[in-house]
Amino acid sequence: MAFDIEGWYNEIGNGDIIAHHKGAISAELISRVLEHVENELNNREEKSKLRKKVYNVMVESLQNLFHHTENPPENVKLGDIDKKFVIFVLKKETGGEYSFTSGNFVIEKRVKFLKDRLDQINYLTADELKILYQLILNNDEYSDKGGGGLGLVDIAKRTENRYEYSFHNQNNGHYFFCLKILINN
Amino acid sequence: METITIPGTPKTPTVEMNVDSGIIEIKGRSIPENSIDFYRPVVEWLDNYSNSPASETKVNIQLEYFNTSSSKCILDVFKKLEQVFKRNGEKGVVINWFYEEDDEDMLEAGEDYQSILKIPFKMIEIED
Repeated sequence: MAFDIEGWYNEIGNGDIIAHHKGAISAELISRVLEHVENELNNREEKSKLRKKVYNVMVESLQNLFHHTENPPENVKLGDIDKKFVIFVLKKETGGEYSFTSGNFVIEKRVKFLKDRLDQINYLTADELKILYQLILNNDEYSDKGGGGLGLVDIAKRTENRYEYSFHNQNNGHYFFCLKILINN
Repeated sequence: METITIPGTPKTPTVEMNVDSGIIEIKGRSIPENSIDFYRPVVEWLDNYSNSPASETKVNIQLEYFNTSSSKCILDVFKKLEQVFKRNGEKGVVINWFYEEDDEDMLEAGEDYQSILKIPFKMIEIED
């Protein structure tokens, strides 16, 4: 049975939601969401350290989505949206920590790369992540999207948590990539 | 070559680079979607500056947030300053890395640069 994207969005969209989105992503949307999240965290009087961690995770995650999401395959109908489709939800969990969950389309050849990178990050200790971060920072390489391949490492280093992830085959060489990270208080 | 000022925006920092005084400042937020475009004129200016720098170059970096694509560009900025350091020696360049008192991640980011580069860094805590 095909993965139910709309159903998954409804499922993760329950609880104490700070920001949520299902649709196209743009630089303007990222600016609006970041401003909203910053105001909301201030209004909730969260500690500065937690506010900064959540904000940093949002910046990296949203820009990763912006640079790397693929357009939905033709067999998947998501209303009028046919370009740069993403889903994301930032919410406060019952234990006081925040979670950021996202979903986007990736092409088949990216799946192995992402799995390997996420498994590697999840396997490494905090000290090893720091070393990996410095190695990538100083490798003089920029990706074709202008990023440096540091985003996922940076998020894991800051949150000290492991990624939960899954890939769902959408046919036509496309997968739907679901990713979740916790940000402890 | 001229002194340049780039005003800050919600996603990009204020940049001031004074060729006469040798004071270079980057302050604010650096979270643009395309950091390479933003930092290109900064790196080019420093490339020229490193050929005939002021006798002392003082660099003040005071960032509230920066994204990972900026972090690579900021390293490029520091690598240009490393050339000034090689030319002028230890007294010639100092980098003041400012961080807020509870912002361990920002302190650690400064220390990451310090471990990669051969320029003197001063870590300066800003109290709330």
